[in-house]
Amino acid sequence: MPGKGDRGGKKEKPKDAGSALRRILHYLMAYRWWVLLFLVCSIIGNIGNLLGPRFAGQAIGIAEEGYRLGTGMVDMDAVKQKTILMAVVYISSNLLTFAVSFGMARVAKHVAEQMRKDVFEKLMRMPVEYFDHHQAGDIISRVSYDIDVVSTSLSTDVIQILTSLITVAGSFIMMCIVSIPLVLCMVFTIPVSILFTRYMSKITRPLYSRRSAAYGEMNGFAEEMFTGQKTILAYAREEDFSARFSEYNSNAAEAYYQADSTGMRMGPTIGMISNFGLAMIGMGGSLLYLKGIVGLGQISSFILYSRKFSGPINEISNIINEIFSALAAGERVFQLLDQPEEASDRLDCTELSACKGEVSADHVNFGYLPDKTILHDFSFHADPGQMIAIVGPTGAGKTTMINLLMRFYDVDSGEIFVDKTEYRNYTLKSLRKNYAMVLQDTWLFQGTIFDNIAYGKADATEEEVISAAKAAKIHNYIMRLPQGYNTIIYEDGGNISKGQKQLLTIARAMLYNTNMLILDEATSNVDTNTEREVQKAIRSLMKGKTSFVIAHRLSTIQNADHILVVNHGDVVEQGTHQELMKQRGFYYSLYASQFE
Amino acid sequence: MRLIFRYLKLHITAVLIAVIIKLAGTLSELLLPYILEHIIDEIVPTGTIPLVLEWGCFMFAAAIACRYLNVWANKRAVENAHTISYEIRQALFEKTIRLSGEQFDEFTLPSLISRMTSDSYNVQSAVQQLQSLCIRAPMMLIGGVIVASLMDFQLALILLIMLPVLVAIILFVSAKGIPLYTEVQRRLDVVVRMMRENITGIRVVKALSREEHETVRFHKANEEMTAQDIDAATVMAIPGPLMQLFLNCGLCAVVFIGAFRVNAGEIKPGVILAFLTYFNMITMGVMGLSRIFMTISKASASAERIEQVLEVEEQEPVSVVSEDTGSEDAVVFDHVSFSYGEGSGRKEDFAGTEREKALSDISFTIRKGESLGIIGPTGCGKTTIVNLLMRFYQPDEGSISVDGKNVNAYERKELRRKFGTVFQNDMVFQDSLYENIDFGRSVSEEAVHNAAMDAMASDFISELNDGFQFQAAIKGANLSGGQKQRIFVARALAANPEILILDDSSSALDYRTDAQMRKAIEEHHPDTTLILIAQRISSVMNMTNILVMDNGKCIGYGSHEELLKNCAIYRETCQIQMGSME
Repeated sequence: MPGKGDRGGKKEKPKDAGSALRRILHYLMAYRWWVLLFLVCSIIGNIGNLLGPRFAGQAIGIAEEGYRLGTGMVDMDAVKQKTILMAVVYISSNLLTFAVSFGMARVAKHVAEQMRKDVFEKLMRMPVEYFDHHQAGDIISRVSYDIDVVSTSLSTDVIQILTSLITVAGSFIMMCIVSIPLVLCMVFTIPVSILFTRYMSKITRPLYSRRSAAYGEMNGFAEEMFTGQKTILAYAREEDFSARFSEYNSNAAEAYYQADSTGMRMGPTIGMISNFGLAMIGMGGSLLYLKGIVGLGQISSFILYSRKFSGPINEISNIINEIFSALAAGERVFQLLDQPEEASDRLDCTELSACKGEVSADHVNFGYLPDKTILHDFSFHADPGQMIAIVGPTGAGKTTMINLLMRFYDVDSGEIFVDKTEYRNYTLKSLRKNYAMVLQDTWLFQGTIFDNIAYGKADATEEEVISAAKAAKIHNYIMRLPQGYNTIIYEDGGNISKGQKQLLTIARAMLYNTNMLILDEATSNVDTNTEREVQKAIRSLMKGKTSFVIAHRLSTIQNADHILVVNHGDVVEQGTHQELMKQRGFYYSLYASQFE
Repeated sequence: MRLIFRYLKLHITAVLIAVIIKLAGTLSELLLPYILEHIIDEIVPTGTIPLVLEWGCFMFAAAIACRYLNVWANKRAVENAHTISYEIRQALFEKTIRLSGEQFDEFTLPSLISRMTSDSYNVQSAVQQLQSLCIRAPMMLIGGVIVASLMDFQLALILLIMLPVLVAIILFVSAKGIPLYTEVQRRLDVVVRMMRENITGIRVVKALSREEHETVRFHKANEEMTAQDIDAATVMAIPGPLMQLFLNCGLCAVVFIGAFRVNAGEIKPGVILAFLTYFNMITMGVMGLSRIFMTISKASASAERIEQVLEVEEQEPVSVVSEDTGSEDAVVFDHVSFSYGEGSGRKEDFAGTEREKALSDISFTIRKGESLGIIGPTGCGKTTIVNLLMRFYQPDEGSISVDGKNVNAYERKELRRKFGTVFQNDMVFQDSLYENIDFGRSVSEEAVHNAAMDAMASDFISELNDGFQFQAAIKGANLSGGQKQRIFVARALAANPEILILDDSSSALDYRTDAQMRKAIEEHHPDTTLILIAQRISSVMNMTNILVMDNGKCIGYGSHEELLKNCAIYRETCQIQMGSME
């Protein structure tokens, strides 16, 4: 088993805390006027909540006055007035509260939407290499879990903290006005709380980062296992893999426990500090009173304000762990957003349009790992319209060539020319647009058959799609389905065979009209009769187009204009079928082996 | 919700302990203002400083006790949530990994993934929150109502009239909330699916320059999910302020009616004042309750989605009548017919009677140690035979037996242990090559090496820097198609299976390697029954029998020589493929 860290992508170093906060706030800035409005609403609502009891008190005061005068002497009109005022104040403050929580939830969800959008767009700009080394499940975990944590925290915590800060500051000022000596009794709680929060933040932040990462690892593992579920079942390894999952699961549970049980020490401890403050006020106040420095009235109103002061602080300290976990979750999203993108186009690069299809490689060296070269000093030349076949034993570097031609990876040294220009001088987009490609691993998305075929050509008509399907010999099969071209296919569904998937991707490539074509084992899972017919269609399609064909069935490639025989990353022989057969070399022995 | 309660029940003692500690913590918290009041109201007037200090120390003690009790309670709550969420996730994983092909298809992979990542997390946060919220809110509500009723029943009536309204609001909103959140999670499935589609298909997307199109597609799903999420959040934003609104109106009524009663000389004004205090307590209690219900709404939508997976019935042996006859027949298909989508939720794709049969009336027998080749055009049902044989799907008609015993009579494991299988779309796991071959079965090192040898994988493995310890990248991205296939074959051979199934496992191999592999298997595993699905005649021509299929039907069965004589299609295919050495 690889180390736990391998699944989460350990290359990503966590950034400092401030930057995650800054970047989350940056997202919020898009809604700054709204947030400001909600803040004002929330403050007004809070004032309303304070005014309500005041009116109630006045109403009771009136009743008390009347009570003293005797039965029937209460000024009911005045009471009515006060209760109506009270109702108005309360109702408007409740409506404001609703508006704020509704509005902030909206803002938070939109921020989450924006983050998901950014992540997706980022993924689209990342090099293929990233996806070869990062679990889909881990990336999905960032989108579903981490962003959700951030948005939950935004929707409730931001306004609460901001309004609390105002209340805290207001009450502190009031406390200072009431009695400076009493303030001195409790003022120690402020620096102690701040220091403690900073200390705790240092301890818990890494724990929360670990928590997010552990979830990512667990989700990465689960995603991989669900994808390979059939294989696991086939070998009856359910228990073994459940046991392995248990490791990730308990790791995640443990990380959660560590982070949250530590984080949740925060609230009660801050509470204790402010309770100490209260005790100090009680003791100090009493002593000061006995010494005649403060009056009893001062003490009681001071206590009232100190409750208003410590209440919000306690509330903040109770949600501070949510903020830590949101920051840690945000960090993981930003790590992804900070990954290097595909090499950007050179400044002086041009669009590759009306490409003739002349392709050549000149002394290309390449390896996926720095110390392991796959292609050594690789050179070839293809004239426009030629069919270039690439043959050789598996692992010889054939698919790697395709990766380079499409610029999924960049060469380590050497050059590749398209239409006599080094291909890095074209924009990446325009270069890829000039290739149609059918790969070994078919890829279909969940959608109708029609949409899957028309994928490369946005405005494809029904006739075009059908004629492509006919050429790819998949039309009859599609018509047998009850919904025909509107049948929905699923990535993991049992309703379509691998060979049929290959035919669908061939139909897709046929619609995608380009001057260069890549077929990498495009028909390997298709039966030979069908393949032969598809080949015919492909050949007519390839007329006048430069094509690169990788295949093991030598019957597929013996008509190629030029055959590159590759072994261990070197071109060992090249020429036409006839020439190579005459040489009686490596190609000959490969060809002969199919009759053994 | 059933799910959460079921698991809470399992840990009822631990949960109760956490709740009781929380209760003690809350009580000690409430003690503090009383001590303070006592100091100011009772002790200060007496002027005794030692007593002030004594009670002051009491306050410190209470503050410390409160802190420790609350920290302890939180810790226990988190611990319970951690245990419960671990158990739920484990159960979910173990169940998912055991789902049959049909069941898996019905849930779809992306949905299963988001149940694992998102839903299990929602449940976990609910379990944690419930333990701390469940104490304070009900305590305040119930306590407040009781004290208020004792004080003045008529004023308390206002309260009692309002309670059903409040309950109705809570019930209404959570009834609305659950389906809304279910829909949010369903749309999250779509977002997850698109993420996955684009991650797995990144090469195609880039090759066809469809990044922008994909982005637009994703945005649509993203927007839909956000809109639904906002709808749910909007509904959830209602009950808190609305209930507060009702309570505040009640408060106004209390003041007004109270004043009226004071006017009539029935109560003292002080009663109203006291009432207000308790009303506040009740308000806070109700708000707490509404938060609990909101948490529950979100969690129960998720819990339900997890429950759906957990309650899927596992297909266990149907007829346990053991008919172990010591049969010489390794595999028998007896008039088997099958079509996909039977009993699945995706009826619309396979609607009604027009549904194509994937297999119709297939019969064959393979004796032990013999071999069967299956050949036929794409989509004719070759892989379906494997799916049924290994009991991923159930046949609609006919029966299948292995070693003379119906496949349904086997315990699933017992059945599958007999097989070594390479699927068409098999998977390399992100692990070492050794582990990929051993696959957790702890076969001997020798067996792994031999299997690699027979699968013609030894050569390329020994050329790698780390040999068998070479780490395969995600989905084997750092291996070529042919290398992957050889690893699959080695995996299938490693445990020396009774029945070896190779489903198009050499499509990415060159002819020579393919031939050598078959030769090695033949020589080193003479007792193994072999089922080989292939496109090339040369791969199957040496099999004992060959099944030629077309469109789910058997159109030829027999040895290579027999088929050359009797089966026109086979003969034709053979001529095309074999050509000759020019």
